[in-house]
Amino acid sequence: MIPENLQKELLWQKEGFEMYLEIIYMIWLRDIKRFYRDKTHLLSSLARPLLWLFTMGYGLKSSFIGFGGINYTQFIFPGIITMAILFTSMHSAITIVWDREFGFLKEILVAPISRTSIVAGKTISGSTLALLEGTIVLILAPFVGVKLTLLIVLKVMVLMFLISFAFTSFGILIASRMTTAEGFGSIMNFVVMPIFFLSGSMFPITKLPSWLSTFVKIDPLTYGVDILRHIMLGTNQFPVILSLSVLITFSVITSILAIINFNRS
Amino acid sequence: MIEIHNLTKKYKDIIAVDNISFDVKKGEIFGFLGPNGAGKTTTIKMLCTLLKPTSGTAFVNGYNIQKHPSDVRKSIGIIFQDPSLDERLTAQENLEFHGIIYKMKKDLRRKRIDEVLEMVNLTTRRKCLVRTFSGGMKRRLEIARGLMHRPPVLFLDEPTLGLDPQTRNHIWEFIKDIQRKDRITVILTTHYMDEAENCDKIAIINYGKIIALDTPDSLKKQTGKSTINDVFLELIGREVKNTTNDSGEFTKRIVMAKRRL
Repeated sequence: MIPENLQKELLWQKEGFEMYLEIIYMIWLRDIKRFYRDKTHLLSSLARPLLWLFTMGYGLKSSFIGFGGINYTQFIFPGIITMAILFTSMHSAITIVWDREFGFLKEILVAPISRTSIVAGKTISGSTLALLEGTIVLILAPFVGVKLTLLIVLKVMVLMFLISFAFTSFGILIASRMTTAEGFGSIMNFVVMPIFFLSGSMFPITKLPSWLSTFVKIDPLTYGVDILRHIMLGTNQFPVILSLSVLITFSVITSILAIINFNRS
Repeated sequence: MIEIHNLTKKYKDIIAVDNISFDVKKGEIFGFLGPNGAGKTTTIKMLCTLLKPTSGTAFVNGYNIQKHPSDVRKSIGIIFQDPSLDERLTAQENLEFHGIIYKMKKDLRRKRIDEVLEMVNLTTRRKCLVRTFSGGMKRRLEIARGLMHRPPVLFLDEPTLGLDPQTRNHIWEFIKDIQRKDRITVILTTHYMDEAENCDKIAIINYGKIIALDTPDSLKKQTGKSTINDVFLELIGREVKNTTNDSGEFTKRIVMAKRRL
């Protein structure tokens, strides 16, 4: 059907795994470039965790009774890292809605590539950026008196990637259901903020009223914060294996749902 | 190359495309004319798998648009009516991205990028961010991108809107050149009647229905007019569509309904 000369040039035959990777790489690269060029966004997204760390961290330090020699600033430090990750992951996933608003998503959607590779590219780019922001906050550890060794850093990096991945997938899942960027504010207020507040980032989750405790236990980020606290400060509420399972299960379910939803829309 | 059978798109109580059927032959330039909000873009979006039809079906390059959307997407290229560039990337990066998601090999990609940038006269601005471009430059880049890979079917949704006559002329020569060389089927919507004159066949759509379908010459004969412009005005009526209460409301509701999608 297609003329010979055209067939040679149109490279549908070059499907394969390598092609798939190249497309994912391209989607990733685009997000990285956009992020790198938008310096104001980079700065403002770092401002939030730093503001929390230093104002809340030092503001409440003296009133915090503490346990096991951990002061409040140290206590919230793993929470601040997850905060940086959570906001960056969600923000980066929700840029899909902006792509839809500005028309670029159409260009991607009519292309002969699978929707799954689009989700994969977006998930990896969002995770990369979130991991990067988490790492920048992690560098501040010595300033708040959290001791790091190479092994701790490695463990933290793995965990940060897992949390980044989980919440980028979650963000993509939400973005695939959103049609206009106007809903972005509501997502921040009704989804991202509750996830952050209920994660026990800012307070110990041991002596909570039972209604609050239930919400805290439903929040998947709670388990991310808990393992990070275990790695960095040696204190945790849940068995590590439970927390890991929750995070991994959450990642898998959200990515599958994101892929299904994206394929449907 | 394209077969459309009773294609219909409803948005709640609005029928944007109402039971249309027609065929487009291989290698044809097919003009799709009609006033704003008549259903042209909706039809094209269904044909390129961006929208699901409410009922009816269509085949593009032999593939059913609902059952084999990915085969359809492999067979088509499209220049959208509204912007679809990434303004935070450079002109060249936009084209590179396109080349990769359309699975073009590196050599071909590079060659085509040079070629299309030259065609729209943007070679010197290739490393600039698209957000710094004027409206006309963005439009030209958009066209360049759409012509990079040479699919069997090319959809052009008001491609030259807002461009100056020289540029339009230049772009049309390029499109015709690749169309002849590769026997590409072109489906074009336009409000420029001189572009419509050049089509092999024309369909005129109004309120979602096809009201005329023939070659430009026989349309002129049937209506006794000498230009397609007059044919169009004769068939659609002379009043401006949005001023009457009914059709203005119609267009507005379509826009609202589309926004919700």
